Amino acid sequence: MNNRPAPAPAPAIDILLGVLFGIILTKAEVISWFRIQEMFRFEAFHMFGIIGSAIAVAAVSRRLLPPPPAPTLCGEPTPTADASADDQTGRGTRFWLGGAIFGLGWALTGACPGPLFILIGGGISVMVVALASALAGTWAYGYLRSRLPH
Amino acid sequence: MLPSALTDTWPWYVAGPLIGLFVPLLQLLGGKQLGLSGNLRHLCAALLPRRPAFLRYDWKSTGVWNLLFAFGTAIGGWIGIHLLGTGEIALSPTAQTALHQLGLTDLSGLVPRELFSWPALLTLRGFVSVVVGGFLVGFGAAYAGGCTSSHAISGLSNFQLRSLLAVLGFFAGGLFATHLLLPLLF
Repeated sequence: MNNRPAPAPAPAIDILLGVLFGIILTKAEVISWFRIQEMFRFEAFHMFGIIGSAIAVAAVSRRLLPPPPAPTLCGEPTPTADASADDQTGRGTRFWLGGAIFGLGWALTGACPGPLFILIGGGISVMVVALASALAGTWAYGYLRSRLPH
Repeated sequence: MLPSALTDTWPWYVAGPLIGLFVPLLQLLGGKQLGLSGNLRHLCAALLPRRPAFLRYDWKSTGVWNLLFAFGTAIGGWIGIHLLGTGEIALSPTAQTALHQLGLTDLSGLVPRELFSWPALLTLRGFVSVVVGGFLVGFGAAYAGGCTSSHAISGLSNFQLRSLLAVLGFFAGGLFATHLLLPLLF
């Protein structure tokens, strides 16, 4: 993903950052099905404010930081942490179509992948089933991948 | 007693910028990209049998930090709910009316118990919310190559066209499910 040598492993820092991220998403109620419904019904500014200000702060921070190593042409660097963006880019069908499928699920469960982990930790034990189902979905994509438009 | 600023709902202008700061923070700590959906792929690669090629890769070298991060978020959820006292959601009155019209009677708690509980799994609307919704989240995130944090926050803040397409897709799917599917299913 980049040329910088990986720093010494610091699992404690990764966990600690996760803890903070989980607390923020919980206290801002981003993990609540109710808030996601409110967002898709345009009945409150809350979620839009969170997503919008997060993007703004992240974008400004990117400007202030030195550019990441290994810049590539035409905006090609992988934007995602998951390794799936490094392959099969095609015409971009995967982004809007995959995104729309994700959006259906997001509205139904009221949780994207992060909140799934957070809700389980928070004691909503039935979300273990939602996580297992999400794993099945990821597996199914892997199985069907060569037959899907990308 | 904890100050109420900590235990009340954190306003968007506090939470949003804090979430945004994870992008430079992770980049500084070793060029990592914010994104949680990769963990679904890593968990599949680590746990499931009969893996298709998509799930056969060295998840230990790319995914361990992210799995640790996800583990941390679960702890954070426990702290946020049990120590910092998330009680009721201050849902807008119009949203409450809409959800009542949808047939939900109990709007207390962080998620509706009528959908997200073990007994509710045996109802159509509970099954669709948990099992079908979860499947679509996992399928869609893998297909689109990212989720809300990776495409909407990481990708859009880096002006990635692919992420804009994905986020437009997120909202198209979410609006369709909310306004057309839920009234049919509930």
